[in-house]
Amino acid sequence: MLITRKVEFSASHVCRNPQLSELENRALFGAAANPHGHGHNYVLEVTVEGMPDPVTGMVLDLKALKETMNREVVEIYDHRFLNREVAPFDRVIPTPENIAIDIWNRLQPHLSGPRGRLHGVRIYETPDLYVDYFGDAA
Amino acid sequence: MTGSIELTRKYRFSASHRLHAPQMGDAENRELYGKCNNAFGHGHNYEVAVTVRGPVEARSGRVVDPELLDGLVRREVLEPLEHRNLNEEVEAFRAAVPTSENLGREVVRRLKQNWRAVFPADGPRLERVAIAETSRNAFEVSAHEIE
Repeated sequence: MLITRKVEFSASHVCRNPQLSELENRALFGAAANPHGHGHNYVLEVTVEGMPDPVTGMVLDLKALKETMNREVVEIYDHRFLNREVAPFDRVIPTPENIAIDIWNRLQPHLSGPRGRLHGVRIYETPDLYVDYFGDAA
Repeated sequence: MTGSIELTRKYRFSASHRLHAPQMGDAENRELYGKCNNAFGHGHNYEVAVTVRGPVEARSGRVVDPELLDGLVRREVLEPLEHRNLNEEVEAFRAAVPTSENLGREVVRRLKQNWRAVFPADGPRLERVAIAETSRNAFEVSAHEIE
């Protein structure tokens, strides 16, 4: 069974590869290469897989999942300039692909028990663009 | 290594269609398709979600260059279908009823046929296309369903 919980955060970022020239960065990333940064309202959907406990009828305590998502992701990402304030984006380009992988890596150690195993991370950069990551085994 | 990752981009276009299977009689068509069988046709604001899968490229931190994907979808799907009567103006729907099922298959066919002109062999792959005729339904077609 899959259970998905959603949360929002807002952050700014720049998409640039420091090994490339200004022109190459502009060609590759367009407006997202603006060195001053720009922002998005990100929507994060975390999907957990498991079977309901026979007594509680729940796969996991959704309050606990919400607290984990807030503590491990939202409190770190929300209203931050990702490139400057959130590791590893001082050296990794904060594309939605890399953000999905980073969020997976932050959540996975907390969602690996027999009940409620992390299944997937979906991050919406805008309502029309999202990335799904299912871990390095997928 | 990070494994594969999927990126989905949503697009919109508006078009008209009529659901009518010529192999069946008029009464049967009315019975099966209901209002969608109206002889004059009707329209929808379609939403097309295109999902691409591949490794994250180190140089860009991306699976796919969204501009290349947007360009391909615009040329092959949005421009040919935008504000068209699907039955009358799109070749594929002369022989097939323009249901969302068949529309999804046609979008996959168009993207797959032109994919290699835009993306290298070791680049991102088309994974699936989802068509929403209205916000209350969704039709997903996997890329491997279409040759």
